[in-house]
Amino acid sequence: METLHIALTHALPETILAVGVILMVLIGAFRGKADDGPMSEIAVVVLGAALVAIILKTTGSGIVFDNAFIDDRFGDFMKALSLGGSIVTLLMAGDFFRGQGINKFEFPILIVLATLGMLMLISANGLIALYLGLELMSLALYVTAALSRDDARASEAGLKYFVLGALSSGMLLYGASLLYGFSGAVSFAGIAGAIGGHPNMGVIFGMVFLVAGLAFKMSVVPFHMWTPDVYEGAPTPVTAFFASAPKVAAVAIATRVIYTAFPGATLQWQQLVIFMSIASMALGSFAAIRQDNIKRLMAYSSIGHMGFALVGLAAGTAEGVQGVLIYMAIYIVMTLGTFAAILSMRVAGHPVEKISDLSGLAKTNGTMAFFLAMLMVSLSGVPPLAGFFAKWYVFLAAVEAKLFGLAVIGVLLSTVAAFYYWRIIKVMYFDEAAPAFDRPNLTLRAVLAVSTVSMLLYWVYPAPLVQAAEGAAKSLF
Amino acid sequence: MSVATAFFYLFSFVTIASSAMVITGRNPVHSVLFLIVAFVSSAGLFLLAGAEFLAMLLVVVYVGAVMVLFLFVVMMLDVDFAELQKSAKRYLPLGGLVALVVLAELALVVGSWTVAPQAVLSTPTPGNLSNTAALGQVLYTQYVYLFQAAGFVLLTAMIGAIVLTLHHRPNVKRQDISAQNARTRASAIENKQVPSRTGVPVP
Repeated sequence: METLHIALTHALPETILAVGVILMVLIGAFRGKADDGPMSEIAVVVLGAALVAIILKTTGSGIVFDNAFIDDRFGDFMKALSLGGSIVTLLMAGDFFRGQGINKFEFPILIVLATLGMLMLISANGLIALYLGLELMSLALYVTAALSRDDARASEAGLKYFVLGALSSGMLLYGASLLYGFSGAVSFAGIAGAIGGHPNMGVIFGMVFLVAGLAFKMSVVPFHMWTPDVYEGAPTPVTAFFASAPKVAAVAIATRVIYTAFPGATLQWQQLVIFMSIASMALGSFAAIRQDNIKRLMAYSSIGHMGFALVGLAAGTAEGVQGVLIYMAIYIVMTLGTFAAILSMRVAGHPVEKISDLSGLAKTNGTMAFFLAMLMVSLSGVPPLAGFFAKWYVFLAAVEAKLFGLAVIGVLLSTVAAFYYWRIIKVMYFDEAAPAFDRPNLTLRAVLAVSTVSMLLYWVYPAPLVQAAEGAAKSLF
Repeated sequence: MSVATAFFYLFSFVTIASSAMVITGRNPVHSVLFLIVAFVSSAGLFLLAGAEFLAMLLVVVYVGAVMVLFLFVVMMLDVDFAELQKSAKRYLPLGGLVALVVLAELALVVGSWTVAPQAVLSTPTPGNLSNTAALGQVLYTQYVYLFQAAGFVLLTAMIGAIVLTLHHRPNVKRQDISAQNARTRASAIENKQVPSRTGVPVP
């Protein structure tokens, strides 16, 4: 076994988060006050340090901690996205929670714990590490959903999320135990070696249960039931968090499991992924049409987007993985920008979340209306905005893998989805003006502007993202 | 019949009998007590099988912690168990059907069961080590990452429970032992002259 020193160098971001979060717990406990004080800032510094550690990493990839932990470029890419999502969420959350009077110091701690879970999940190289990372992430998320505990909707959201999450964990564990029983290995490579090219019935059962458990976390059809209610009920910054970082982690581990543990069962998992992909794209497109709450709309939108990301996964090639990585990167930026706009929807100090509250925004706040409109255009995938390129890469990979039907269905459904995104633009530009929103704070304006501008100008200089994603995708094969 | 066999049958009989008492008992407190008996005799079975660590774990964790918690819950919540048992009968047909389907699926899986050769190799062969010593040797070396990760999961659960349940009400009087000890006669008692038929304002 390698020395602990080398192992910790490979797991440096996780170590930073783990030590940081324990320090934060101590600070919070000994400060003696229930409000958040400087905790958000400390959390941002801790997460930022982990992000810097990933970006400046000089060590090569490696597998440490007795096959439990893998450090590779795929993981680095996804971890950077998750950390970015967490940092932006924390920056946006402070003022909202202070306005609602639920600015507890535990919230930043829970976010850092959840992010630690995501990092461990992304780097998991075996079933046990996968489960522990997933539970660490999920437990912290359940609590943040119910954080505003005097609000009946938030409590309902938390409870629903917890019960369904526990169910999904049960399915995942069942699958994991079947896999261990039939392959005799807990590491992904060991499972792949045991399966060879001929998966037997038990392995396929185990794989289906395992993928179902992960699909819950990705919120893809048919495991999406919790998403709209939880997104609507949870406090808006928490919803923004749910829609960004945990999705990245869930997609990352699903990709890693499928590609490293089941290369010998491609036919079987491909059917599964294609079904989930088409069902998610369809539900995300059609069910969102009749929503009048923007958070519910974003829930269906995220279900649809996960469906599109799975198109790349279904391809089963390095190009497909590259498409998934680019998709997730662009998705997370668009989503965080949109939630910055949703968090800016406050009338006389009270948050509002109906789509009709956006009526005539172009007349009352032209800049915000323009930014939000551009994000909607990008989410619907119209060139030359970044959302188009995200879909382009996954569909290209699907076509190259000869999955023509999937690609055609995906393109058709994305035009259906465009309807409800464009309806928001219509509401903002052509409807009678609703009461004007309060002026959002600097962070929200900055997040909205940066997100929109990067989506608008992505086509000018796409090389860094594409190259990073290419390198990351290759490291899986 | 050897002594070990005799004890095996003794423990098995007690386990099954007390399990039956758990589900048929009308008084929930009796059910919990019989569950404790079932756990202790299962621990005896584990000991007979040579799994002394699991046996101790069962006694310490389940009997020591979980069952006491159950007892608290049963005593604090006024749940009408007779009513619950009635409704359980109503769901019996549907529940039985689901159980049958799951059983059929399990049979399907077990039917194709082949034990992988690696699985047989990966069973621990600790030699002359006891189970506890063998576990102790790998917990902080081979499995240190997973062990610490599990620790973080528990920390999260603890923080979560506190966040969701702890209410700091401003007007609740709390015990402050140092303040109690620092009290003197001078700070606690105030002499007042009370004029007849008027009274004093009470703070």
